[in-house]
Amino acid sequence: MRSRHTAAIALAAILVITACGGDGEESATEDATTVTGAAASAEPTGDATAASAEPTGDATGEVSAGATAGATGGDCTLDEPVPVGVVFSLTEGAAVYGQSQEAAVRLAADELNAAGGVTYELVIEDDASDPSPGITAFEKLINQDGVSAIIGPTLSNTAFSTDPVAQNAEVVVLGVSNTAEGVTEMGDFVFRDSLTEGQVIPQTIEASKEELGLERVAVLYGDDDAFTESGYQVFAQALADNDIEITTEQTFAKGDTDFSAQLTEAGNTDPDALVVSALAEEAALILTQAADLGLDIPVIGGNGFNSPALIDNAGDAAEGVIVGAAWNSAADDQISQDFKAAYEEATGNAPDQFAAQAYTGMKLVDAAVRSACSSDPTAIRDAMAGLSGMPTALGEFSFTESRDADHPAVVQVVEGGEFTVLGG
Amino acid sequence: MQQVVNGVFLGAIYGLFAMGYTLVFGVLDLLNLAHSAVFMLGAFVGWELVVALGWPLWLAVVGAIAAGALLGILIERFAFAPLRQRPDTHFAGLISSIALAIVLGAIALGLFGPNTRRFPPDTFPEGRFEFAGASISVLQVVILVVCLVLMLGLQWLVRSSRLGKAMRAVAEDPRAARLMGVNVSGVTMATFALSSALGAAAGVLFALAFNSIQTEMGLAIELKGLAVIVVGGMGSIRGAMLGGLVLGLTEVFAIVWISSSWRDAVAFGLLFLILLVRPNGLLGRGSVREV
Repeated sequence: MRSRHTAAIALAAILVITACGGDGEESATEDATTVTGAAASAEPTGDATAASAEPTGDATGEVSAGATAGATGGDCTLDEPVPVGVVFSLTEGAAVYGQSQEAAVRLAADELNAAGGVTYELVIEDDASDPSPGITAFEKLINQDGVSAIIGPTLSNTAFSTDPVAQNAEVVVLGVSNTAEGVTEMGDFVFRDSLTEGQVIPQTIEASKEELGLERVAVLYGDDDAFTESGYQVFAQALADNDIEITTEQTFAKGDTDFSAQLTEAGNTDPDALVVSALAEEAALILTQAADLGLDIPVIGGNGFNSPALIDNAGDAAEGVIVGAAWNSAADDQISQDFKAAYEEATGNAPDQFAAQAYTGMKLVDAAVRSACSSDPTAIRDAMAGLSGMPTALGEFSFTESRDADHPAVVQVVEGGEFTVLGG
Repeated sequence: MQQVVNGVFLGAIYGLFAMGYTLVFGVLDLLNLAHSAVFMLGAFVGWELVVALGWPLWLAVVGAIAAGALLGILIERFAFAPLRQRPDTHFAGLISSIALAIVLGAIALGLFGPNTRRFPPDTFPEGRFEFAGASISVLQVVILVVCLVLMLGLQWLVRSSRLGKAMRAVAEDPRAARLMGVNVSGVTMATFALSSALGAAAGVLFALAFNSIQTEMGLAIELKGLAVIVVGGMGSIRGAMLGGLVLGLTEVFAIVWISSSWRDAVAFGLLFLILLVRPNGLLGRGSVREV
């Protein structure tokens, strides 16, 4: 009898322990998700990490003329190179993003230096995907290297710790992958060129409605994760704005692997499409299970779906998935094509959205420096806040009043195992 | 109808996982919390055998089960055997099995990395058929059959085989069993091996069913497995299977009839009610053990 009691007490203890374990896991996932924002998935894929060789001189020479032509203040000349700090997650969890960002910024700087007039001296630091090395890096860049501006950091979570350092020192900081709410609210020296989910999703819904004639959709989302939940809120608002009826709202919990009950329920309401706000892991499972259940309707996804890994993992089930993004490598404008060619030549890899945003970030810094024709941080800040309608790889780019990015999102659809532009 | 299929399928896997749990508890009065780590490692071993070594699927499942049995012996040796003489052996074993689960989890993370793995699409036949308005895949049928066979096999083993009789003797009274000439430490080891083999089988079947293998997959099912064996009746094998089905079906029908946001609340609320009515679980019979 005693042993039964012991076991019962022990069981209670385990439940508590397991619950605590759950908490830790949650916060870790959120950190990882912070970066995804309007960008690729939280799932670091091995292939994207591949070597980011430094761009070679002759590779950049070929494209520099075309790529820099759009920059404003082209007649400015500064004698001294402008020191620019670059802080990315080159190691640890977010290294998969950080390394392609670093390669893209180097590429942009090499192009600018080759073009002449204003040259840049990059000081590159690693934040190891963690706030405290990030703070150290920021302090070094500002106090020791005296940089005029800082590009980075990779993760929003890190940005919340590091950006106040730059703000206090009145040095411009430009996030190129921070998508969390409130990043630019930290101060008037904090900018970003990455779209938030709240900016991408409405465009996605609008384009999908136009293309597919949506009238009724079923919604499926994770209700215990800050990012999938906020993605759902934005979806719900966008659906209401577009007069699209929601037939049923199904939810799941983080860590779930079986979605067949929710998908069956959703299918029973006979919707035109399924709108899903999920993390990358869940996204692939939801797609394969929907296909298994014979649910043959388009799926419109949030950030979790915006990753080549989704196509690898879900295979044929990913066909027809619609997801918004800040940039797509199929973009056919000249700047994107030049960037793509130069990046491939320099690194041997195809650029992703992160690379495009980082590349554009360096070009935006350059535009601000040239426009102010000064390496003084405050002058750069004022010039950057005034940037508007600048042609970039991300499309026509402006900063909003709140120093957030404003440029058209790309609505993508998976066709033949690739992300292509919807209706394009 | 589709939802019944969904529920039964989910429940069968919960049940298979819980059977291994409950076996160790029924025979040895020990709760082995490294069981979820075995579940996870079973899935990884199955994946490695299929993808890296190119074994046919059925052989890989057998291989994963064998690896699970081996792991069970290791767990018994490292987490439980050294503590057997202590007066608080239940608690100590519980805690040391948690420790071992963490160690195994860390090893898996080091060996296999944090990325989710998936079986390549052509690992198993893709066929599916319609049955009474529900869409069922061949894989699901195979998994159900394997679950059923393993459950019946375990029943037979415990009821009729020599090992099973020895197990029941040890469950009744280890000291008396030893006096009667039963090799108690051998039976203990065999129980762990058997239990972990079932855990590994559940892991590899789960991985096939949902095609998702990651180092944290054991955490989600651990809590459910515990709930299942409590509801089914601690130590009862048939109870574990029944409890698994009850939990699987409850989860699915909570989604159908109430709301998916309430799924866990409804499922665990119902389990709570069952325990109020039957404190020993569905098939638990007080101190009389089935095993």
